Amino acid sequence: MHELPVIESILKVALTHGQKNDVQKITAIYLQVGELSDLEDEWMQRYFDYLSKDSIAEGAQLKIDRVPVMMQCEDCTISFQVDIKKIDEIVCPECNGKSNKLISGRGYFIKNMEVI
Amino acid sequence: MDEVRLIEVKEDILADNKKVAEGLRQKLAKDKAFLVNLMASPGAGKTSLILKTIEVLRADLNIGVIEADIDSKVDSEKVAAQGIYAIQLRTGGFCHVDATMVAQCIDAMDVKAFDLILLENVGNLVCPAEVDAGATLNAMILSVPEGDDKPLKYPLMFSIVDVLVVNKIDFLELSDFDVDVLRKRVLTLNPGIKIFEVSSQTGQGIEAWANWLKEKVYASIK
Ligand SMILES: Nc1nc2c(ncn2[C@@H]2O[C@H](COP(=O)(O)OP(=O)(O)OP(=O)(O)O)[C@@H](O)[C@H]2O)c(=O)[nH]1
Ligand SMILES: [Mg+2]
Ligand SMILES: [Zn+2]
Repeated sequence: MHELPVIESILKVALTHGQKNDVQKITAIYLQVGELSDLEDEWMQRYFDYLSKDSIAEGAQLKIDRVPVMMQCEDCTISFQVDIKKIDEIVCPECNGKSNKLISGRGYFIKNMEVI
Repeated sequence: MDEVRLIEVKEDILADNKKVAEGLRQKLAKDKAFLVNLMASPGAGKTSLILKTIEVLRADLNIGVIEADIDSKVDSEKVAAQGIYAIQLRTGGFCHVDATMVAQCIDAMDVKAFDLILLENVGNLVCPAEVDAGATLNAMILSVPEGDDKPLKYPLMFSIVDVLVVNKIDFLELSDFDVDVLRKRVLTLNPGIKIFEVSSQTGQGIEAWANWLKEKVYASIK
């Protein structure tokens, strides 16, 4: 059920933009979701279908792009992509530094929508 | 003529909440109140740590507590029984609190009368990590029985908090929990994090945590 609040916000933003643009129907919503998000695509769609019933967004497909997790080395400042499931092995590929800070992979961003 | 067209949205869906959270942080700073957002799994020891922390700090600080629970008053009653002001935040079934809910609570209490406000967030490691509650300090409790692999499963939570309190260390000898492995994993995700090991049962480590917190409060409300 953790999907619910996020999906509610997505729907709200989508409907606001739909109304502003005088659309009859929203057919797809293009989303960027950080890979650190625990929300699953399938469940996001199901909750969306449930919440969007009887609105102009009913039936819209969520097209979800995962934003990779990137870290930046505090020693040599290069950025690199990491597999967060393997944190025991994360070191800077340039200098083997171990002080790396997370710079991307969070959040939910609506890029655009396909509308009629 | 039903043509499909593409419209730009370019919106961060948590932007509204972030705005409210920033506003709340400013208000708290102005009113010289320090809000700690305590996040953890159900049963990790949020209420126990709050009670122990109060014991150490109540002589020096005016403390208030916000208890967010899906639908029960058990925790706020425990706090109130200690003679500490506790306000119940009803999340209406939500699995986390957002900045608007916290701001409403803060408005309902006489915030200027408090130095330190402890917020017990809803027990869950997913949504509270996503949604900025507007706190001055974000803290997480991980209890030993949950295992040292939690940073692998909930990396976001470990990466956004300022401090991690490892609770129930009295359980260490009964489990295969490896504190060094945990530290390494957490520091990989969040090099700036502060880590404490405590038992809210025996009181071990509580002073160190509480005194660190007190210094933070003093530094910010001076
Ligand atoms: N042995 C041991 N037990 C603890 C410790 N801290 C808490 N407990 C016990 O763990 C149980 C849950 O503690 P709570 O403080 O209620 O945990 P909580 O996170 O507030 O739980 P919810 O609000 O229900 O999510 C209680 O039975 C506590 O007595 C600890 O450090 N050691
Ligand atoms: Mg509790
Ligand atoms: Zn490096």
